Amino acid sequence: MSHFAKSVSLPFFLKHVKIPALLLLGLFLVVVAIVAASIGAVSIPLKDLLSGTLTDQQEAVLVSIRLPRVFLAIIVGGALAVSGAAMQGLFRNPLADPGLIGIATSAALAVAFVIVLAGPITGYLGLYAMSIAAFIGALLACFVIFRFARLTGSFSVTYMLLTGIAINALSAAGVGYLTFLSDDQQLRTLTFWTMGSLGGALWVAVIVVTSIAVPSGLLLIRNARELNVLLLGENEARYLGVDAERLKRTIVICTALCVGAAISVSGVIGFVGLVVPHLVRLTLGPDHRLLIPASALLGAALLVVADTAARTIVAPAEMPVGILTSLIGGPFFLWLLVKQYAGRFSL
Amino acid sequence: MITAENIGYKIGPKQILADVSAAFDKGKVSAILSPNGAGKSTLLKCLTGSLKPDTGSIFMDGKELQHYSLADLSRKRAVLSQANPISFPFTALEIVLMGRNPYELDQSAALNAEIAMAALDMMDAWHLRDRSFPTLSGGEQQRVQFARVASQIWEQEGAYLFLDEPTSALDLKHQHQLLDLVQSLCRQHGLAVIIVMHDLNLAYHCTDHCYFIKDGRIQDSGESRRLINAELISEIFDLPLKYAGMRFASQQA
Repeated sequence: MSHFAKSVSLPFFLKHVKIPALLLLGLFLVVVAIVAASIGAVSIPLKDLLSGTLTDQQEAVLVSIRLPRVFLAIIVGGALAVSGAAMQGLFRNPLADPGLIGIATSAALAVAFVIVLAGPITGYLGLYAMSIAAFIGALLACFVIFRFARLTGSFSVTYMLLTGIAINALSAAGVGYLTFLSDDQQLRTLTFWTMGSLGGALWVAVIVVTSIAVPSGLLLIRNARELNVLLLGENEARYLGVDAERLKRTIVICTALCVGAAISVSGVIGFVGLVVPHLVRLTLGPDHRLLIPASALLGAALLVVADTAARTIVAPAEMPVGILTSLIGGPFFLWLLVKQYAGRFSL
Repeated sequence: MITAENIGYKIGPKQILADVSAAFDKGKVSAILSPNGAGKSTLLKCLTGSLKPDTGSIFMDGKELQHYSLADLSRKRAVLSQANPISFPFTALEIVLMGRNPYELDQSAALNAEIAMAALDMMDAWHLRDRSFPTLSGGEQQRVQFARVASQIWEQEGAYLFLDEPTSALDLKHQHQLLDLVQSLCRQHGLAVIIVMHDLNLAYHCTDHCYFIKDGRIQDSGESRRLINAELISEIFDLPLKYAGMRFASQQA
């Protein structure tokens, strides 16, 4: 076997060194977060921020408005990107995205139910209630899509996307009906949810989402190697000693938790779950052991950027960040279809 | 040895397999031959443990198949299924490395990588190692997948190797190369090799034993060289004798 030792090309091992890539992404996230914290209606110059010489007013703005918002963007962006990456692995299909295939909208429908039917509940209890509702909505949608996609024997892209269309339509109808029932206050809340926004971020929300998304994300990372094997096919994975049923269950539940938690505080922010894992795969390859943590970092950084843009480009008004991500994500998705995958999926 | 005892399998009202008994020895290459839709893929799935037969039982080394854990089975038997599309840009080497998944915890990454590379080289696919798997041709993909399966039972004496039409996308040279390799692996490591195949010529030349299946039942079994002849083929495949004779005249001589 000696001639292998010689021809073990350096790139092969470099590709498997994941630490530098993750460190770089982590650094990017930190820089972006600090810059984002300095931008806004009350000016907090970077050098004051970094040296810690802030006025009382600046400090109040930073601690109770800017920072929770930046942290919420980090955790929501990370959760959405991770769930996108895991969904794509689960469906063995790079076009799966929680928003695109109806998981996000059915989570939103569940949240709408809570808002309109259960009345106003706030604080930790209310947020956890909405998170759980969103989780159940997401889980149900996952289950339906999974069943339908499997009807064809393999996970065909056609079935997955068509099921997504049906679920999106049903959920939209549900949200529409609830909107019809709702009073003025509820209507405003609902509109905010369907457009996706990080406005009104509070530390409570940050804590609630973190407590749900971080453990789920870590559990997904732990299953990353087996998720790689699952891409060979369910039977193949089983032949290789992977308990495919248990693995699929874990992935569905973790993803639904991440999506549910994110949506309950920010509404439907589309395309982060689609675009981010794609960008990572283009540069770092499809290995989930690297893909999932890298997606988390990049998703977090990109949502911080998008949210900062959303609250500055039309200042003093504020654009829902979901509109911005869809504005960028929509064309990206079309480009993806045309450029890379035309002719390869039997649509 | 793996033995099937009176296994039956039904999908709805349709009896796919009925009362099938068969035994596959270590150190031998066995073929399962049949017309389309006669149940050979179902039989293979039952033997590999991915389908549970409705009746009868399957024993591997004297122990019932269901009593093995997934982890134990993954070190004892490898399965090459028919083409399974992969839409993520893993490199060929990464795909082969997945074959080492059962040993991930107790063998070093370096050893696993070395075995994966040796398997690729054995399949005449070393030059493909850094290519993205979805961009490979059908035949190249089949060779890489075979390398993955081979690395799964690398130097596991007396393991089981199941191949579902392993040569369907290969050119003539690689067909023979693959079957020669299968034969020598079989002899060297005492593997029991079970191949589902269509090509009767290849079966005649490259397998020791064969089973003919028709309508979910075993029609005939025996030594390949003795059993595969124009009369039997004409009967099993409902082929007029003159065509069967055309296909097999040369071997009869």
